[in-house]
Amino acid sequence: MATEILMPALSPTMEEGTLAKWLKKEGDAVKSGDILAEIETDKATMEFEAVDEGILGKILIAEGTEGVKVNTPIAVMVEEGESVSDTPAAAAPAAAPAAVSTESESTPATVAAQAAPAPAMPRDVSPDWPEGTKMKTMTVREALREAMDEEMARDETVFLMGEEVGEYQGAYKISQGLLEKYGPKRVVDTPISEIGFAGIGTGAALGGLRPIVEFMTFNFAMQGMDHIINSAAKTLYMSGGQMGCPIVFRGPNGAAARVGAQHSQDYAAWYAQVPGLKVVMPYTAADAKGLMKTAIRDPNPVIFLENEIMYGRSFEVPDLEDFTIPFGKARIARQGSDVTIVSFGIGMTHALAAAETLAAEGIEAEVIDLRTLRPMDTATVIESVKKTNRCVTVEEGWPVASIGNHISAVLMENAFDYLDAPVINCTGKDVPMPYAANLEKLALITAPEVVAAVKKVTYK
Amino acid sequence: MARKATAAKPAASSTKAAAPAKGKSNTSKEELLQYYRDMLLIRRFEEKAGQLYGMGQIGGFCHLYIGQEAVVVGLEAAAEEGDKRITSYRDHGHMLACGMEARGVMAELTGREGGYSRGKGGSMHMFSREKHFYGGHGIVAAQVPLGAGLAFADKYLGNGRVTFTYFGDGAANQGQVYETYNMAELWDLPVIFVIENNQYAMGMSVKRSTKSTTFFGRGEAFGIPGEQVDGMDVLAVKAAGEKAVAHCRAGKGPYILEVMTYRYRGHSMSDPAKYRTREEVQKMRDERDPIEHVRTMLLDGKHASEDDLKAIDKEIKDIVNDSAKFAAESPEPALEELWTDIYAGEKA
Repeated sequence: MATEILMPALSPTMEEGTLAKWLKKEGDAVKSGDILAEIETDKATMEFEAVDEGILGKILIAEGTEGVKVNTPIAVMVEEGESVSDTPAAAAPAAAPAAVSTESESTPATVAAQAAPAPAMPRDVSPDWPEGTKMKTMTVREALREAMDEEMARDETVFLMGEEVGEYQGAYKISQGLLEKYGPKRVVDTPISEIGFAGIGTGAALGGLRPIVEFMTFNFAMQGMDHIINSAAKTLYMSGGQMGCPIVFRGPNGAAARVGAQHSQDYAAWYAQVPGLKVVMPYTAADAKGLMKTAIRDPNPVIFLENEIMYGRSFEVPDLEDFTIPFGKARIARQGSDVTIVSFGIGMTHALAAAETLAAEGIEAEVIDLRTLRPMDTATVIESVKKTNRCVTVEEGWPVASIGNHISAVLMENAFDYLDAPVINCTGKDVPMPYAANLEKLALITAPEVVAAVKKVTYK
Repeated sequence: MARKATAAKPAASSTKAAAPAKGKSNTSKEELLQYYRDMLLIRRFEEKAGQLYGMGQIGGFCHLYIGQEAVVVGLEAAAEEGDKRITSYRDHGHMLACGMEARGVMAELTGREGGYSRGKGGSMHMFSREKHFYGGHGIVAAQVPLGAGLAFADKYLGNGRVTFTYFGDGAANQGQVYETYNMAELWDLPVIFVIENNQYAMGMSVKRSTKSTTFFGRGEAFGIPGEQVDGMDVLAVKAAGEKAVAHCRAGKGPYILEVMTYRYRGHSMSDPAKYRTREEVQKMRDERDPIEHVRTMLLDGKHASEDDLKAIDKEIKDIVNDSAKFAAESPEPALEELWTDIYAGEKA
């Protein structure tokens, strides 16, 4: 019986990919384990193996095709003596490649997509670049890479270290091409030793360099947290101002998709609590670039929280020679008069999606992207709430001692008389991240929850 | 019973054991007098610190270096200008040995404005850019990767400098030490790992903490050469230090020195030291004291008379008393200091 081969999801966040090359041609016999094709994901070029035996009856997607959605039929396998025409035109996906789960609301790709209404770049009322600046479209990944590239070119003491940053081209391809450009002295592959290289990086910063330490994900940074906090953040103070530590700790933070409890955690509130650290969590590619450049130049330790799901998202980025964004300046992503929604990082996708929904119902939300959590631009939040009199915060992290809790306290102290409703903190649920697709979806913050919270504070 | 540090005899291992102290014959009178002076300064300084702690002028944790003086003095004698050093919380001796002022150290102990960290660091957290002293770290073994990081920077900058990274037998059982060994050797970092084996990690003797008691051999798995050194003999320490420095400066990567030493005082001021006998400590003081060792050499070699040494003793006592006076009189930090030095390049 003929079987459709579907475009596989080859990473937890892959939504589409490029069918780079077919290694079998129509009519070829295929054994289980044979490499059928090379597929480029958002992270790497992967070999795609056959699961079942048979004959490659028909190739449906030609090699070189970009943007092939996960689960799209790419070829048809037939048995000996069978012809492709025996295949039902739109066969239900069956015997799909092992890596692919059947299409439903619960596939990783769908979770990511649901988190990504990818709204058009909202009008920025406090622009970070001059009006009329030429813009270019780039992904968050490209923006981060470009920022590191520019800063490495600018300052010889800047170097990148971490697991798989060099020869592998970055576990998430953020450092792609940097090894070739700057050599192994400045793009340093480390063994899997988080506390070791967090400490070595910190020591190198104390010794006069400007390290960028990549954690493959921030989940693994917990092993090196002693150095981030005790060694990097506190040494300037403990030394009476003598020992500055200019270092950037960066990497993906927060939930990816379907990777379980140990790999899905938002550390924003953890790091934002520590004096001596600066904490950045960008949403757009422009912010990722401008803030990364600022982070590398900052004479202090900076925690730069990226997000795997956001890496592949495209935004408009100013085409400027040297574009930086100062820390401690929030961005008003959307203007409105009825409620203030405060968020940052991937939380912005839910905040903006909710704002769109609410606008359709006549509720105009002002959406503030904090961008940096320490220093935090609370003034912009307070000013906005004085206008809207209501506030909802949105973040992916856990509810206890969250960023939202802090903002609520700031508003209590500074805008109590302006509030017409209690501030609601929309957060991830107070549970370790479950693996099951339906439970994971339930654990994450969603746009409808933000909509509901806004309706509550606006008494609608 | 602690094993006799004099023996410094490691168990069978392919890594080299301690060589007998060399250089006695070719050590000049001036050098010997300098070591005597430097070790005595640490001893007297620490005694005074202990006294001030008892009087309530020094608070919190205070870890004294008494008994271990030959380690830092011997290694500083092997260092060159520009070389770096970093250590744990038992750091007063290291600071004095690398030339930091007794006044600034003592005033930091009393939490005063005149201290190296302007009173914000305390006993465990002092630094000096000028003397290339990078602390003063309170988390056991955290200084080990930090020291390798300093060496990473030196190698990157190509300045030919070496970093002395000190830690104790207790820290030697921390995992990050081995991550660091691996990367230091992988990248040929110019770092000397100095394990000051004073035989007790707080109250736990080496033998109760590991069956692998020869710490100098633990780098072997990573390809790092190591040797055990008699840490009560300043000349032996210096000789080993010079060898290690030469190895690092030649670009051959890290080197491990396990320096067998002994602390006479408790782990910290609040340690009653019930885990060892008074006799054990007394025996070490009587038979192996590093300062007495040099004193005997000076007298026996007719390099100095009793009167000469008395004059040095007085000179040192004056420095220490002056530092205590300075530390008592220096004002407490201004209240605004609470909010400074949190971020570089910014006003509070």
